[in-house]
Amino acid sequence: MKLSLAWLSEWVRLPADVAAFAHGLTMAGFEVEGRSAAAPDFTGVVVGHILSAEQHPQADKLRVCMVDAGDGAALQVVCGAANARAGIRVPFARVGAQLPNAVSIGQARLRGVDSYGMLCSARELGLGEGHAGLLELPDAFVIGADLRQALRLDDTVLEINFTPNRGDALSVLGVAREAAVLTDSTLCMPPIGAVAALSEARLPVQLLATAGCARFAGRVIRGVDSKAPTPLWMQERLRRAGLRSLGPLVDVTNYVMLELGQPMHAYDLRCLEGGLEVRWARPGEALELLEGSTIPLATDMLVIADAVAPVGLAGIMGGKKSGIADDTTDVFLEAAWFNPTAVAGRGRRFGILTDASQRFERGVDPAGTVRALERATALLLGMAGGVPGPVDVQEAPSALPLRQPIPLRARQIERLIGIPIPAARVDAILRALGMAVEATHDGHRVTPPSWRFDLVQEADLIEEVARVYGYNQIPEIDLPVPQRPATVTETRIPAQRFALGLVDRGYYEAINYTFVDPVAQRRLHPEQAALALANPIASDLGEMRVSLWTGLLKSLSENLRRQQDRVYLFEQGAKFVLQDNELKEINCIAGIAYGAAQPEQWGSPKRLLDFYDVKADVEALLALNGAADWRFAAGVVSGLHPGQSAHLLRGEQWVGSLGALHPELTRALDLPSAPYLFEIELAALATAAVPKASELSRFPAVRRDLAVMVDEALTFNQLRESVIVGLAHLLREIRIFDVYRGKGIENGRKSVALGLILQDKNKTLTDADVDTVMHGIRARLERDLQATFRD
Amino acid sequence: MDLGSLVSSGLAEIQSAADLIVLDQIRVRLLGKKGQVTEQLKLLGTLAPDARREAGARINEAKQSLTSAIDARNAALEAALVAAALSAGTIDVTLPGRGQHTGALHPVTRTRLRIEEIFQRAGFTVAEGPEVEDDFHNFEALNIPGNHPARAMHDTFYFGDGRLLRTHTSPVQVRAMLAHAPPLRLISPGRVYRCDSDQTHTPMFHQLEGLVIDENVSFANLKAILRRFVSAFFEKPLEIRLRPSYFPFTEPSAEVDCQCAFCEGRGCRVCKQTGWLEVLGCGVVHPNVLRNCGLDPDRVSGYAFGMGIERFSMLRYDVNDLRLYFENDLRFLSQFGRA
Repeated sequence: MKLSLAWLSEWVRLPADVAAFAHGLTMAGFEVEGRSAAAPDFTGVVVGHILSAEQHPQADKLRVCMVDAGDGAALQVVCGAANARAGIRVPFARVGAQLPNAVSIGQARLRGVDSYGMLCSARELGLGEGHAGLLELPDAFVIGADLRQALRLDDTVLEINFTPNRGDALSVLGVAREAAVLTDSTLCMPPIGAVAALSEARLPVQLLATAGCARFAGRVIRGVDSKAPTPLWMQERLRRAGLRSLGPLVDVTNYVMLELGQPMHAYDLRCLEGGLEVRWARPGEALELLEGSTIPLATDMLVIADAVAPVGLAGIMGGKKSGIADDTTDVFLEAAWFNPTAVAGRGRRFGILTDASQRFERGVDPAGTVRALERATALLLGMAGGVPGPVDVQEAPSALPLRQPIPLRARQIERLIGIPIPAARVDAILRALGMAVEATHDGHRVTPPSWRFDLVQEADLIEEVARVYGYNQIPEIDLPVPQRPATVTETRIPAQRFALGLVDRGYYEAINYTFVDPVAQRRLHPEQAALALANPIASDLGEMRVSLWTGLLKSLSENLRRQQDRVYLFEQGAKFVLQDNELKEINCIAGIAYGAAQPEQWGSPKRLLDFYDVKADVEALLALNGAADWRFAAGVVSGLHPGQSAHLLRGEQWVGSLGALHPELTRALDLPSAPYLFEIELAALATAAVPKASELSRFPAVRRDLAVMVDEALTFNQLRESVIVGLAHLLREIRIFDVYRGKGIENGRKSVALGLILQDKNKTLTDADVDTVMHGIRARLERDLQATFRD
Repeated sequence: MDLGSLVSSGLAEIQSAADLIVLDQIRVRLLGKKGQVTEQLKLLGTLAPDARREAGARINEAKQSLTSAIDARNAALEAALVAAALSAGTIDVTLPGRGQHTGALHPVTRTRLRIEEIFQRAGFTVAEGPEVEDDFHNFEALNIPGNHPARAMHDTFYFGDGRLLRTHTSPVQVRAMLAHAPPLRLISPGRVYRCDSDQTHTPMFHQLEGLVIDENVSFANLKAILRRFVSAFFEKPLEIRLRPSYFPFTEPSAEVDCQCAFCEGRGCRVCKQTGWLEVLGCGVVHPNVLRNCGLDPDRVSGYAFGMGIERFSMLRYDVNDLRLYFENDLRFLSQFGRA
């Protein structure tokens, strides 16, 4: 909210130091986001009186005016404004004046006529957008007076950001109340008297939903001149608050809302059928709003309706039908109290946030309705005339908010703030805030004022005490650190260990949004259901990822577009998997590798990475876990090359997969070579056993190499299993140092060269021992795997 | 040849011997079993005793001077050989090393781990929770009922079935309070979501919140931990300033400014000349939240705080565009590789 300090200063005495005052507001919870001058700098502009305005002899659109600027002698000024006419007072920029936007006024000759200065529009002075003609000033302005003083332009406008709990402060009155507390001065509220009724005109109003509206003050005023100008002082105040002048009726209701915090509404009586009722909307009803849109009404929306249909959305916006028009003469003014629960959230359903809804949903003082109505009547009558009827108040007292006394314990203040605050200080702070305070044996009993909707329990009062006492006056007190050693779980490896493992192997960590493009995700995981957002921020961020690969592939593509040719990325985070309609958030670590196996260099031949490079990275992660029950199994993985993909299992449990992107997807993504991907569920990876050392053998080990020829289809795993079973406890390690196909090997067969490290725990193996063992294993492999041997 | 010329010609030959083989040949010729000097010794027996003694001494002297010359030459030739071998084996040590480079953690992770470590050393534990949440844990339990105006501050992503993407990591705190009895001292880092996207907002970002619940935890305790935290994070003593604010789940609530870490409060580009950086929100846990989590506000109290990890990361690493954090541009990511 924008607030003129000149306006505020009529309600409370302000300190001279504006910056310090603004800082004080900020430090009391009313964040001053901006501080600006009410008008841009200009000099040399005074109140001028046009004595005569004659047609320019050479130019149709120009007039030659004689202007009294208080100097005794009249000055000749050429002016192009259509409203330049004798008798009006307007801003006059003298020769030598400096106007905004670096405009200097000098003596000029326009189409042969000398001009000694310039008559100004509002826009030329930076006072709004009005450029229809000269800014017409009130006749009461003293001719020759400095315009800045006459309009009190040397004013500061504060832009204050109010927190949602402080609806009571959203007005000049509200800020003045706070300012009085903070500056230790008193609120001087201008007197607002009752305006006597001059007619008996009434509009019947019925409250049919007292839970939503418990007080409704209204008044009929007939014979209003809707074309009467809004006085300049009011226009200026509205302008400084950021509102445009829209005619006397709208301006008065806005003005009173800004001043007293009570939103008001004016109905054109012509357009109402019968009386008004305040009720919940009925099924199927709709309302065309003032701003033009038509919204469907739900039964939890409070409306003002006439005998036929709703004419306003209570506390949010009026309806178009009964809105004020240029020729409105008879009006019904409303100042009601709507329950915050009946207003909150309703406008937001349609993206509507108004000055009224902003106030009502935070809470408007129910005690202020009649005051606002009287204030508006008095202002309106002074501006646009009219015959007021009596103030009519409909209310349901039992539904009005009741301010209950709240016990406030001194002990609790000390406990929550951290230091004791003297009872007298507490008492003074709460009284200054308008509360009724009684001393009790353990503190105070406090009744908040009608305008505060945020004070319901003890903590609310403690906050007020702390806020006014000053957060920065409260000391810092260290909480003792418990002398309890933390549990350090060795069987759970922290996720960052795996992240760092990949970093050390050349991967950069990526962070993608967890909502992804449904089209891209479907391409990769056509069979998996995904959780779709009801209100995505963009259609290509429409559903939750079922794997981390969609995001990583996008990051790959974007990096290739940025001319990278080697991309190694990993990501850690949740995937959102739907299993039997049950959502599972599964934390994973996933990676993508693309391009050369190593960064380009002089020392090794250049080679594209392949499955086994990425498998090594995965194995490095498994090695950090240390368990022996990890298994890779060939298998089809959605989105991957069916012949170059593997499932990762821990025991019998599936925990991840890896492989080359499916060639069709590689082509669809326009990638010159295949990226390799992996994804592992973190829970399995992170669960480790505490190492248990086994005894070392004191006897020497023996190595025997074995070249085994087997069918191409036989996997290394099968061969290894057979060797392990055959050699049992004597095998300490098995190495595979060559896989050979081609010359010398039968077609469809391959030669696998194994290095077997043998060792006995209890004796030195003799050559004869080893020969026996090797003979046995060869026989076993021949029998079980149809192996042959090369010697 | 007489002994004198034998010695002088021998010394000259030794000196000019080009390699170890030639030197050894010279040694054999002069001092070997049939060497010229050895031959002379054999002739001693033919001499008279007096002459024999005198000649013997001269021959031994000659033998000694030749032997030491040979040893010296031998050492010199061996040294030269070593030097030559070293010289031949010299490589260009400025060529880059072979193999993988190292990558880097994302700056958000790097910042998160740093903040986690600071709090862990103060006795906090790290808690995590789901990102797809329900209305109770994300709003209701946190004292944000259905039509509360504060919901406007959280532009929420919904799934249309009551579930939503958490708008903060506070639901983790709710779950912790429901699951564990006080004392609690935890931080909850994680991804959070708001339906908002522009230069300074991304629809997903990272928060880290803290919660302490114990018998007598106060606003004064909160001030202490926060000042110590910002000073630890920026590695310099910094003041903090608390401004009253409003969060439905804390009361009193405050926005926390810390003295600008760049200019130490003098005013600079980063703090927009104010000397202060807005970095945190915090407060004393609202009694309604305690009650919603089964705790009695008369028996326990607590504080909570929350910060944006990207905000701290941007300040720490001088990043001026939030969107860089989610573009995964290697040119950006690789700047965080030197830990």
